[in-house]
Order: sequence, then C-alpha cells, then structure tokens
Amino acid sequence: MLSTRDLVLCALFAALLGGLGMAPPIPLGFLPVPVTAQTLGVMLAGTILGAKRGGIAALLFVMLVAAGLPLLAGGRGGIGVLMGPTGGFVLSWPVAAFVTGWLAERFATNANPIRLFAVSVVGGILVVYAGGIPWLSLVAGLPIEKALFGSLAFVPGDLIKAGVAAVAASGVRRAGILPIHA
Amino acid sequence: MLGLYLHRESPVHRLPAGAKLGGLLLVTVAVLALPGAWGALTAGLIGAAVLVAARLPAGRVLAELRAPVVMLTLLFGFQALLAGGGWEETAVAVARFAALILLATLVTLTTRVMDMVDLFERLFGLLRPVGVNPAKMALMLALTIRFIPLLGEQVREVRMAQRARGVERNIAALFVPLLVKILTMADDLTAALEARGYDPADAGTKNSTQR
Repeated sequence: MLSTRDLVLCALFAALLGGLGMAPPIPLGFLPVPVTAQTLGVMLAGTILGAKRGGIAALLFVMLVAAGLPLLAGGRGGIGVLMGPTGGFVLSWPVAAFVTGWLAERFATNANPIRLFAVSVVGGILVVYAGGIPWLSLVAGLPIEKALFGSLAFVPGDLIKAGVAAVAASGVRRAGILPIHA
Repeated sequence: MLGLYLHRESPVHRLPAGAKLGGLLLVTVAVLALPGAWGALTAGLIGAAVLVAARLPAGRVLAELRAPVVMLTLLFGFQALLAGGGWEETAVAVARFAALILLATLVTLTTRVMDMVDLFERLFGLLRPVGVNPAKMALMLALTIRFIPLLGEQVREVRMAQRARGVERNIAALFVPLLVKILTMADDLTAALEARGYDPADAGTKNSTQR
C-alpha cells in the first residue's frame, strides 16, 4: 500500500518530469546538441523511487499530458501528441520507469554507477525504443527496420542521458537520504 | 494551471469529456478498420466538421498539428524515395493518421484539463477491484499539478546556483542537489499532509482526501 510519503514522492517525480520539460535544454560540454532531460527524469524515477513508485510517477505525468497540459519538451501535450508518430516514445515511459526500478531493486542496490548505468540503459532506452519504434512504424506507415534505423540517431544522446542518470543516482545514494526499498 | 484548452461557446465544448474521449476511441477504431483511403476521408471529414462546430480558429489548430505533420511528411518523403513503389499506400497511411491526430487535438483543445482529470479519476474507480485506489490516484494527480510550477522553479534555481559557481556544464552538479532537494521536500510535504489529517489508510472516498 502506498504511504502518504509514497504519494508525495510519486507526485514530486511526476512534477519533476514536467519541470524538466519547461527548463531550457541543458548544454553538455562535449555534445553539440543540447539534450532535453525528460527521459533522464524517467530513468531517475526508476532508479531512485523503485519499480512501483517510479512507474506511478511516470504514469501520472503521461496522464496529465493526455489531459492537455503542455508538459512535453517544447510545450507540447494533448492526446494528439500521444497518438502522433512519436507518441509511443512517451507512452512507454511508465513501463520504462517500472522496468528501470525493477532492475535497480535487484541488480543496482548500492551506489555503483556502472550498475545504475546498465539498469538505466535497459529500462530507460531499450524499453522506450521497444514501445516507440513499432508505434512510429505503425503511424508513419514505415517498415519497422526503417523506423529502427531512423531512431538510431538518438541513441548517442540517450546513452549520455543514461550516464548522467547513473552518476546522479549514484551521487544521491552516496548522500544517503534515500527513500528506496519500500 | 494553463492547459492547451481554448475556450469557445460551442456544443463541442459543452459535451462531457467522457463522450469526447469515447467518441475519439470509437472513430479511431472505425477508421483503422476501414480500408485506408476511406478511413482517411472519414476521419478528415469528421475532423473538419468538429473544427467548424467548435468554432476554433483553423490556424491555431493547424499550428498544433504542425510538428506531427512535418514529421510524417518527412518520413513519408524519405520512404517514397527509398522504396520507390508502394508510396500510395504510405500516403494513405499518413493521411489517415494525420486526420486521427487532428481529431485527438480537437478533443484536447475543447476539453478543460480538470474535466479530463476528473474523467481519469472516475475511470480509476473501475480499476478498484484490481487494487487501484482511485482516491489516492486523484490526490496524486492534484499534487502533481500543484508541484509542477514548484519543480520548474527548483530546476531553474539549481541551474542558476550552479552557473554562479561556474559548474553549469557539470550535469551531476545539477541533478544531485536537485534530487536531494526533492527528497527533502517530500518529508516536509508528507508532514504537511499528515498535519492536515490525511490518513492513507482512510483514503476510501474522494471527500476524505479533501477535508
């Protein structure tokens, strides 16, 4: 059962996803394109809150986007965006956060950044692409291998985000104020 | 909280959120079941009719559609170039989804965020038998809406602090303090809720969360 603190944590991380969408993109020193950090927030929801609470946090966020709040990067939102070609990449976030958290609870319980990185890659990248690419292929009438190929352009940026998520989660765990392991 | 909602006096705006969402679902299923070109045509005509009935400015609606349409067109052009044959099918598929996206956008533009959230809460009631507590979901949605501006502010604040220290490009220096702040905020907010008599074990009805 969710405690009051769990409810607050889920809402705060859902709001963090929204806050990251509103913030201007973060410049990374070594990368020419700035990254928007929302998928990073999804990974962090999983690694820091765990499977259940992380999944709920991402679900709350997706529901508010569907309800018509312009929370996605660039001020986009609404059911139209979710049904659009890139909608699958957003709709998969609750599952992505859940899987990231599920794996983190089993394989990345300490502050080891390598393990946190691996967990973020599987949950935050593989799961998101597994939802987004077939969706893109369906909506755009594109053969799946072409949708896959087109999406590969985003992999380097996503790997960097997983790295950042791992370093950040590791830092938070070392700070020792963790709510994890409900 | 500002949403994408555009207010007009129209019968479409007055329809309950559930009717609009249900209608969208039905039309989507029907359009996908119809053969391609007919599906696209049906969805396009319904979209145009709703657009007129809702008295929305066409320019504004099309602006919402620009991003997906540009993307679909690019993909479509790319696809036509590479595949050569069979591009008519792709064109039909793209038109069909563009029309459905138009319909979905119209639902969003004519429905208040809070009406949609209320609808989600009622839908969660249906999930009670599988252990979902609709009152808790409702409270979390309300809290999230309240926290979004707060968190936007926190993100800005931490970024400015790190810029002042010359470490704005060190991304760990951004996220660790932000997350630590969020986790300590959680303690205060939990205490605030409980001080107001919120009891998660007693969260059976919507009213018990609003006392």
